[in-house]
Amino acid sequence: MSQPAYAGQPKKKTKLDIAPIIGFIILLAVTIAMILPFGFMISTSLKTTKEMLVFPPTVIPEQFAWGNFKELFINDEIKFGRQYGNSLIVSIATVIGTVLSSSFVAFGFARYRAKGSQLMFMLVLGTLMLPYPAIMIPQFLLFTKLGLHDSLLPLILPAFFGSAYMIFLLRQFFSNLPNEIYDAGRIDGCREIGLYWKLTLPLAGPVLATVAIFSFIWSWNDLLAPVLYLDSQENFTLPIGMAAMLSSKFRIAPWNLMMAASLLSVLPIVALFAVAQKRFVEGIVLTGIK
Amino acid sequence: MRSTKESRREGRNFYFFISPWLIGFVLFALFPVMASLYYSFTEYDIIHAPKFIGAGNYQELFQDEQFWNSIKVTLKYTFISVPLTLLLSLFFAILINQKIPFRGFFRTAMYFPSMISGVSMALLWFWVFNPQAGLFNYVLSIFGVEPIAWFLDENYAIWALIIMSFWGMGAGMLIFLAGLQGVPSSLLEAAKLDGAGRLRSFWNVTLPLISPVFLFQLIMGLIESFQVFTQAYTITQGGPNYSTWFYVYNIYVNAFKNFRYGYASAMSWILLIAVMIITYAIMKLSNRYVYYEGGSER
Repeated sequence: MSQPAYAGQPKKKTKLDIAPIIGFIILLAVTIAMILPFGFMISTSLKTTKEMLVFPPTVIPEQFAWGNFKELFINDEIKFGRQYGNSLIVSIATVIGTVLSSSFVAFGFARYRAKGSQLMFMLVLGTLMLPYPAIMIPQFLLFTKLGLHDSLLPLILPAFFGSAYMIFLLRQFFSNLPNEIYDAGRIDGCREIGLYWKLTLPLAGPVLATVAIFSFIWSWNDLLAPVLYLDSQENFTLPIGMAAMLSSKFRIAPWNLMMAASLLSVLPIVALFAVAQKRFVEGIVLTGIK
Repeated sequence: MRSTKESRREGRNFYFFISPWLIGFVLFALFPVMASLYYSFTEYDIIHAPKFIGAGNYQELFQDEQFWNSIKVTLKYTFISVPLTLLLSLFFAILINQKIPFRGFFRTAMYFPSMISGVSMALLWFWVFNPQAGLFNYVLSIFGVEPIAWFLDENYAIWALIIMSFWGMGAGMLIFLAGLQGVPSSLLEAAKLDGAGRLRSFWNVTLPLISPVFLFQLIMGLIESFQVFTQAYTITQGGPNYSTWFYVYNIYVNAFKNFRYGYASAMSWILLIAVMIITYAIMKLSNRYVYYEGGSER
C-alpha cells in the first residue's frame, strides 16, 4: 500500500499541536503490549525447566537452553518433526488445490453469463457465512464411510473444490481485466481454457499470491477439522500435536518446550510475512479475511 | 442481439468452469446441511442405523443445562469481546491515520499478532496467564495487583479469553484504516469550511462513510465469535466448572466424545439458524443506519 494522502485535521498555525505526540505515546505503549507476549514466548523457549518457573520471569535466560529445540525433534513422545511434516503436506496441498480450483471457478464467474449465474454467485456468497460446525458432522460421517478416517485426505480434498472467499476475491480481480485481451486471445486461436491458463493466470500473480498466503495460514492454523479426523499421533498435524503436549506425560507442563514448538510453528507465517507483507495487507483489506 | 447458439455456448462454458465449485458445494455444503437436519431428528451413534425420534433431540436440548450454559458463555464472550475489539480497532485506525512518526512500523506491529492464531497463540496465552510464573500477573504485580489464577478460576477464565482476543484487533484496524483513507479529503475540507471541528466532522462525515466497513466487520466478528473452539479445546477444556463451555465445544463433545451425532446435529442447526438470523437482522437494521455511496445498490 502506498503512503496514504494525509486527509486529516487542519494544522493549527498559532500553537503547537500536541495531539500527534499523545497519539505517538499511546501507540508506543500499545505496540509494546502487543509485542511483549511474543518476547515472553522467545525468552521462555530458551530457558531451562528450572528457570522458566522463576518469578518474576527473567528477560534474558541465564543460560541459553538450545537443547529445547533439539528435544522437540528427538523426543519420541512428541514426534514434532513428523507432525511438522504432516502440517506442511496438508497446507501445501491445500494451497495448490485452492489456488487452482478457486481461480478456475472465479474465471467462470467473471467471464461468462448464463441462466442461473446470478443464483450461483449468491450461493457462493451464502457459503461465506456457513459455519463449519454446522456441516462438520455429516462431512465427518461421509469421509469416515469412505474409509478416510485418521488420514490427511479429508483435510486436503475439499480445497480442490474451491474456497468461497477466494472465489469471491479472484472474481473481483478477473472482472476488472479488460475485455480486449480476451478478444485478442480468441483471434490468436486460444480456446476458453487457454484464455484462463495462458492469459488470465499470468496476469494474476499478486492476487494469486494473496490467495496462496491466506489459504496456507488458515490450513496451518486449523484445529477443529484435524481434531475430528486424526487419531494417531503419527498423523497429527502441528496444532493437535502441540495441544496434546499440554495433556501429556510430562510431570511439569513443559512450557519451555511448548514455547519452542509455538515459535517453530509460527515461523512459516513470519517468513511469509517478511517476504510478502504487501499481500497480507491486500488480502485483509480487500476481503476482510484474517 | 446475441444468437441463441452463442449464448448456449457461453452457458456451457460458465458451467464448465464453475463445475468444481458446484460439485464441492453439493458434496461439502448442501448435502451436509440437509443431512444434519435429518440427523437432528434421529438418534445416531454411527454404529447403529439412525433411529428417527421426531423432535426428541430438540426437546432434550431445551432441558439440557449444559446447552443453555454454552449459549450463555458464548454470548457473554461475544457481546464483550466483539464490540470492544471493534471499537479498539477503529480507535487505533484513527490514531494511525494521523501524521505520527513511525506509523508504518506501528501499523505492522499492531496487525502482525492478528496473523498468528490457533494453538500456538492459545499455548502462548495459557503461559502468559500462568498464575505462578506468567507474564500477565508479573505486569499486574508492578501495579500492586495480587496474583490472579486466571484459567484456573471460574470467575476469571472467560475474562482471560476476552483479554486475549484484543490481540487480534490488528486485522480490523487495517480494514478500518483502508476505509478511513477512502474518505475523500474534499468532503473533510468542506466540513471544515462549514465550521465543523474534528469531532463533528468525524461524527458527521467520516463515520457515515465508513459505516459499511463497520457493519461488515460486526457481522464477521459475531459469526467468528459464535464458533470459538481452539481456546476451549487447548486451554480450558471448557472449564473450570464449565465457565468456558463454548457452544461449538459443546457440539464437539456431544458428537465426538459422547458419539451422539443426532443430538449434536440439532445443536449445529440451531447455530446455523442463529447465524442466519443475526446476519439478516443486522442487514435490515443497516438499511436504516448505514450509508452506502451511490444509493441503495450493493
